[in-house]
Amino acid sequence: MSFKADDVQAVAHLARLAIDDSRVPDYARDLSRILDLVEQMNQVDTEKVDPLAHPLEMAQRMRDDDPRESVDREAYQAVAPEVRDGLYIVPRVVE
Amino acid sequence: MHELSLAEVSAALKRGEFSSEQLTRALLERIERIDPDLNSFITVDSESALAAARAADRRLADGGAGPLTGVPLAHKDIFCTRGLRTSCGSRMLDNFVSPYDATVVERLAAAGAVVLGKTNMDEFAMGSSNETSYYGPVRNPWDIERVPGGSSGGSAAAVAAALVPGATGTDTGGSIRQPAALCGITGLKPTYGRVSRWGMIAFASSLDQAGVFARTARDAAMLLQPMAGFDERDSTSAQDEVPDYLAQMEATDLDGLRIGLPKEFFGEGMDPVVSSVVHEAVKVLEGLGAELREVSLPSLGLSVPSYYVLAPAECSSNLSRFDGVRFGRRCDDPVDLEDMYKRSRGEGFGAEVQRRILIGTYVLSAGYYDAYYLKALKCRRLIRDELRAALEEVDVIAGPTSPETAFRLGDKTGDPVRMYLSDINTIGVNLAGLPGISVPAGFADGLPVGLQLVGGYFQEGRLLGVAHRFQEATEWHRRRPKVYL
Repeated sequence: MSFKADDVQAVAHLARLAIDDSRVPDYARDLSRILDLVEQMNQVDTEKVDPLAHPLEMAQRMRDDDPRESVDREAYQAVAPEVRDGLYIVPRVVE
Repeated sequence: MHELSLAEVSAALKRGEFSSEQLTRALLERIERIDPDLNSFITVDSESALAAARAADRRLADGGAGPLTGVPLAHKDIFCTRGLRTSCGSRMLDNFVSPYDATVVERLAAAGAVVLGKTNMDEFAMGSSNETSYYGPVRNPWDIERVPGGSSGGSAAAVAAALVPGATGTDTGGSIRQPAALCGITGLKPTYGRVSRWGMIAFASSLDQAGVFARTARDAAMLLQPMAGFDERDSTSAQDEVPDYLAQMEATDLDGLRIGLPKEFFGEGMDPVVSSVVHEAVKVLEGLGAELREVSLPSLGLSVPSYYVLAPAECSSNLSRFDGVRFGRRCDDPVDLEDMYKRSRGEGFGAEVQRRILIGTYVLSAGYYDAYYLKALKCRRLIRDELRAALEEVDVIAGPTSPETAFRLGDKTGDPVRMYLSDINTIGVNLAGLPGISVPAGFADGLPVGLQLVGGYFQEGRLLGVAHRFQEATEWHRRRPKVYL
């Protein structure tokens, strides 16, 4: 797989990542090399192998649905870029 | 005082040879003097450290002290610390002060440890050389023109230079074991799920595991003890009972212990000097009664390729939380929401993190999922099954932690794939979720070489025991970089 400049910008858009045009050629080269490495996986036949998402194959633990101490909203919002009246402020979404 | 091991510090504090405050002051002074060379700390918190030391001294006087009471430590800057900046080595979190403590931080504080500060690391733990940090590279105390390894390079360098007797780290693909090897210290990555991930900033959630750096296996056992154990706030926390690691370590007998040597651990790209140092080290274990056997892990070569699908995939998902809304960097004057997301992330993340987000997004995108992500999960099973089968035949697997000694700064930054291959012997262990330890095994051209030992699930005690017997028989772990004696 060889990444082109357009591919880099298309994936960057999916990832909501602004990439300066000057860096695109380097990224295209690096990502192509990484995919060449990754494609070494194709040297083995895994047709009959089940995927393994988690090393210990543990079951999802359940807990009782009972109330707990809630988070301290003020402390959590103290690190936010912009807050007003307990709400996170972002640029206008709906005109 | 700085030259003492963690166990020696613990005993000296109990005997009242010096106070925790005296020791803390001495180490803080040492950090101020030496760390400008190494850059191993991102944040030093003298005030809180001294307050914790004084509290520990009161407990030592009361007789209510535990083994870690008053012992100075440092945390990798990936662990959230309440009221203290947690940057994860990133510009994205340069202004982030966590509203809560990670479980690891909480448990070590409850055990009485004194935290001197937060150590430098590759940005979001993505790197093998500590060169991707927003705060600049860490330098290896054995040769400051060389890297300390990564991603927990700051913790490793700080322990190697005796700025602190122990430190925490995290290991997703080798980020504890490889820097421990390159800095000539002991580093333990426990079984996946053994130590809580709560409050540890996520990189790849099915691989991330917290662990420890120290100068001896005994010290590592002492540090691991309070960190290990079930945490209901971490949904993948292991519920298995935590044994007494020091007791298991002391009880370990090498007589008849089966040690497997996978030929794949000594494969292509291996520095022959490193390889011979590790063979010598393994002979020491044989001399102590262990039985050496060859084992085979034919799919090990798939570990780096499959890891570079799985880890970026998980990272691209985990790092989507950094959007400029609730915490972390926000760009100036965003014109709309999308512009805010894109520019905040573009400015906040460095090149390696961006590369991994791009790869991860790509392999998860429509039409590519089966070819990459699903294929990698299948390879993961092959690798896990082979390691598990080998650990039926032998008790411990051994080999070089890293294929080479510390490389020069800048040597691999131009080629990410060459950098990735530094972790060829460590990544399989993460894919399988097994515990692994790196112990100082000797030197190649004046630079430390690490011996990696891998054990079965939840056999940290045995690994520490084998490492301890090796350290009883050798002096490599006592060697210290001359400049920082």
